Amino acid sequence: MSGAAHPARGPGDRLTGLFWRRPKLLTALLLLPPLLWLGVVYIGSLVALLVQSFYSIDQFSGLVVPDFTLKTYAELLIPSNFDIIVRTVAMAAAVTLASVVLAFPVAYFAARYAKGRWKAVFYLGIMLPLWSSYLVKVYAWKLILAKEGIVTWAAEGIGAGNLLNAVLALPVIGGNSLSTSYIGTFLVFLYVWLPYMILPMQASLERVPTSMLEASADLGAGNWRTLRSVILPLALPGVIAGSIFTFSLTLGDYIIPQIVGSSRFFIGQAVYSLQGTAGNIPLAAAFAVVPIAIMLVYLTIARKMGAFDAL
Amino acid sequence: MHSDARPPLALTLAAIGGLLFLHMPIVLIFLYAFTTEDRSYQFPPPGLTTEWFAVAWNRADIWPPLYLSLRVAALSSGLALVLGTLCAAAMARARFFGRDTISLLVVLPIALPGIITGMSLRSAFAIGDIPFSTFTIVLGHATFCIVIVYNNAVARFRRLGASMLEASADLGANSFQTFRHVILPNLGSALLAGGMLAFALSFDEVIVTTFTAGQQSTLPIWMLNELVRPRQRPVTNVVAIVVFVATFLPILAAYYLTRGAEETAGGGK
Repeated sequence: MSGAAHPARGPGDRLTGLFWRRPKLLTALLLLPPLLWLGVVYIGSLVALLVQSFYSIDQFSGLVVPDFTLKTYAELLIPSNFDIIVRTVAMAAAVTLASVVLAFPVAYFAARYAKGRWKAVFYLGIMLPLWSSYLVKVYAWKLILAKEGIVTWAAEGIGAGNLLNAVLALPVIGGNSLSTSYIGTFLVFLYVWLPYMILPMQASLERVPTSMLEASADLGAGNWRTLRSVILPLALPGVIAGSIFTFSLTLGDYIIPQIVGSSRFFIGQAVYSLQGTAGNIPLAAAFAVVPIAIMLVYLTIARKMGAFDAL
Repeated sequence: MHSDARPPLALTLAAIGGLLFLHMPIVLIFLYAFTTEDRSYQFPPPGLTTEWFAVAWNRADIWPPLYLSLRVAALSSGLALVLGTLCAAAMARARFFGRDTISLLVVLPIALPGIITGMSLRSAFAIGDIPFSTFTIVLGHATFCIVIVYNNAVARFRRLGASMLEASADLGANSFQTFRHVILPNLGSALLAGGMLAFALSFDEVIVTTFTAGQQSTLPIWMLNELVRPRQRPVTNVVAIVVFVATFLPILAAYYLTRGAEETAGGGK
């Protein structure tokens, strides 16, 4: 060491001095590349989406007319398009409700009773299906629900073949086989998004203090009363956080109803087919804005109910 | 909340049933790769064979999508590693105006449905007259991979704290030496975990890709086409197993790399 203070030995040291004197400069330099990327690529694209949705298509030439108009949004309201929106929102609501019911025992058990090795089993047991290939999971259900597949085989094996046929004969939700009915679409959605409900639910259940359960018991409440009056209200933020995922993911998916389901469109399929073969990018963009608008309303309500403390 | 009491039997059964529901379908994918029946999804399989692995190996149309997927996943996770780490470093360093907006901006590409990211990029390409290429696929993938790396890195930065960096500066290291000898070794396993998760996510992504690929075919797009118009069904199962393993191994590795830390990798897909 030559001097009392460190002398600048090269450009690296001089820059270090500069960063020390102006700490905001380093923060700004670090932020610049990721913000530039997200700002240009992502926000830029979202703006492009909005811009496209205000364009329209010329009925005769099929070309996009780059003039500002609300005509494309008005097209969303014609019955055949509006049905698509209603169908998708109804499916998203059904999937969300069912996943709350199915997720609760898993999350509750993992939060309250699992320990040591079982804790790890539950953690990986939820994490692996969450992360494993989306397409592989959807494909697995095509195998399961096929007319000649395992569900039919099992139903006939236990003598419930008639029951399965009766379910498939139901109007609207039934169909030729499970893999071409709304029931099938619903089951696959439920399966694929279930881990997204379990994880936030488990996180909020783990934060419920044990002392509160003891207090509830001391005050004479039975298990059901404690569940209803103490545990469920405290778990609500986690449920809402999970429902944001299941609702939003169902609104925007187009692969699942295409692989397993009837031929009637969901929002995602409308977007995909309109931008592709139909070449109607403005209407596709307007359709894509619908889930954003619905989610904004949903998020506003969720924020009021305190769901974001659990994320 | 934790209790040492024995759980009610009904709850145990429901919880185990839930876990089985999450895992059984994947087992079937493996079973069907060995079936002798290639025209339907008949259950139980009439016979078992391993010939489909050889058939899949010799199918020329599988290899180019596989290479493209590997290239895209490598490029996207590489880009996401750099951008995500920079962002995490800045967020860990300082509190500043607009900090919450930035954390929202990072999460948004994965919080909104893929179809919105995909359709947005498609709109931008249409307006900017940008032709589809490997680059356009990477553009989309890197965008939603940033958050994965960011989540892992920011948790580790928080644990690292300021005292180590101050000690390094007191001992005469400049910023770059501190980065090389103190920050990087401490960050290493978190970055590796984040990078692998990003790789898995990109390798498997299909929704955004269908909007940004044009005529190109990644492995998931190849699979999607086979699902819509099946040819040799068991071959699709063999490819599904490959995709499953290629995403499963990085996830398992990421879990073991970050286990025991305050934030285990994968919690925030």
